[in-house]
Amino acid sequence: MSQEVPGWDENGPERLYVITGGRSDPARQTGLDLVTLIVARADPQVGMQPEHASILRVCNSPLSVAEISAYLGLPVSVITVLLADLLTEERVEARSPAPSLPDIELIEAVIHGLRNL
Amino acid sequence: MDSGISDTTTGPRSEDRLPSSASSAVKVVIVGGFGVGKTTLVRSVSEIRPLTTEETMTQASENVDDTAGVERKTATTVAMDFGRISLNEELVLYLFGTPGQQRFWFLWNGLFDGALGAVVLVDTRRLEVSFDVIGRLEESAVPFVVAVNAFPEAPDYPVEELRKALDLDPKVPIVVCDARQRSSSQDVLLKLMHYLRSLALTSEAK
Repeated sequence: MSQEVPGWDENGPERLYVITGGRSDPARQTGLDLVTLIVARADPQVGMQPEHASILRVCNSPLSVAEISAYLGLPVSVITVLLADLLTEERVEARSPAPSLPDIELIEAVIHGLRNL
Repeated sequence: MDSGISDTTTGPRSEDRLPSSASSAVKVVIVGGFGVGKTTLVRSVSEIRPLTTEETMTQASENVDDTAGVERKTATTVAMDFGRISLNEELVLYLFGTPGQQRFWFLWNGLFDGALGAVVLVDTRRLEVSFDVIGRLEESAVPFVVAVNAFPEAPDYPVEELRKALDLDPKVPIVVCDARQRSSSQDVLLKLMHYLRSLALTSEAK
């Protein structure tokens, strides 16, 4: 895939530190879940951090935080840092997961959907 | 120099894209010991080829990492396979299962937060690995069903004997499945949903 750089581990903490500018997972502040759906509201722009641009590109259609992490090959905690930036700039929209409290209607919708597989 | 990301990042194939009407998602976690068939189950019902997401756990590696003698302090990466089922135009179900050591995914931030429930996948040849999983789910009050992945060479215990062996609450459903079969995995998920439905009805009646 990518060119080997001596002493540079693609998945090492140093690279991730660079990508996030040393910031840590703000998941608690942003309330982003693994299954929060993200949709791009703007196009990637010249001069943007490449990872931000990649997110906007893959989120052309709704995509969960977990899927973004998978397609970009970056840990979830790095993705949530990047998404927090994009959310602040209103370049993406976040669609929160369905509430988990026992909700008969939701559960029945899941049952109905599963039956129709 | 290729950054490994730049323009080469490929998103979902066009057939794997969710409709723009997709407005909310729910998740179910598939848990169980190593090699019990979690990814197999996810793959058999998922509409997309399972993807892998990862998380780095710096804290965990300090105490739990068993690569003794490794001098360099590096974060432990825990990978998790997941799949997806579009239930209708708005609602999407994600299924998470991890091939890694199970002690790690309880450290995975938020994996169980907001999950509808869990499926404990069990191999009757190695029942003991399920004790820890079940205990932790009970502690965290995550509703779950037990699915016995019927490996051909595994002993075929009667369900009630398994219940006793796993020290399971009488109301927790146990289902025998073949995780390779789509319809069988579908039945497991339906079993969980019917159980959640009965729990919800009971709590509403109170």
